[in-house]
Amino acid sequence: MRKLCTLVLLSLLVFGAFAKDAPNAAADPALEARMMRIAQELRCLVCQNQTIADSHADLAVDLREEVRVMLRKGESDEQVLKYMTDRYGDFVLYRPPVKATTWLLWFGPGVLLVGGLLGLILLLRKRTRMSDDRFEPDEVDGLEGEVSS
Amino acid sequence: MNMKSLRFIIPLGVFALLVFFLWRGLRLDQHEVPSPLIGKPAPSFALTRLDDANATLRRDDMLGKVWMLNVWASWCGACREEHPLLVEFSKTKAVPIIGLNYKDQRSDGLGWLNRFGNPYDASIFDQNGRVGIDFGVYGVPETFVIDKQGIIRMKHIGPLTPDVIDKRLMPMLRKLNA
Repeated sequence: MRKLCTLVLLSLLVFGAFAKDAPNAAADPALEARMMRIAQELRCLVCQNQTIADSHADLAVDLREEVRVMLRKGESDEQVLKYMTDRYGDFVLYRPPVKATTWLLWFGPGVLLVGGLLGLILLLRKRTRMSDDRFEPDEVDGLEGEVSS
Repeated sequence: MNMKSLRFIIPLGVFALLVFFLWRGLRLDQHEVPSPLIGKPAPSFALTRLDDANATLRRDDMLGKVWMLNVWASWCGACREEHPLLVEFSKTKAVPIIGLNYKDQRSDGLGWLNRFGNPYDASIFDQNGRVGIDFGVYGVPETFVIDKQGIIRMKHIGPLTPDVIDKRLMPMLRKLNA
């Protein structure tokens, strides 16, 4: 009996939590999960720092419904993403595709890092080959071990 | 130039470059996202007229004409802002203007036009916003220019301004009608 009570209470809790989207979520939780996974890849254009999954903007609600409809029709994730980019451009994707116009975006940081490291290595090598008189002499003031600048 | 002065000039140059990019960044409008629809055929639609639920307007009815689609709604504040200019512009008869009444109620939309004037040759009624989504609408008002072949040639997001009309819209209309 106690077990049954717990079960009833728990199920109430669960259904309470899903109250808002209840019809859809209850109808097909797997589809709902897939829809949310796709929605998390998509930028809401009304409030640009939120995903369509997070946003409460009207458009985001509509687009989530649009994704549901497409998935129910058996369309693939790629087809859904293409549907979105056809209308809103690559900007809707939180992970933009690698192509000529996005090379700087994707590889810029790596190029900067490698360039910086190369520059640093070259500079240090050059310095080791310089003679001592090119550098200011270390200050000797009897305090060994302390670094003076 | 000796090494000493280079040590000052290089950081100064880098700083100036940084300031330039930050300044440019300030002037970018992040909300103006380039539309992938430019140069593509306008999405096909068949919607009832706002003022007549029994009359349908289709994209293909507009083929052969250069026309303008203006997305609006009675709940949209920026549309109010744009409206007087649009009414003025419609008087020039430069281009047929079709209104896309977006996610609105028929009575609200019609009431709004009665109060503030109707610049549209016709308004079509997109209650659930499906056609809006096909046009990639995300911030009302939006304005599209569509050519004789039904290709989208220009998109403007946000209220039209005299500047946009003079510098972008009119030259585009002249070019497409030539």
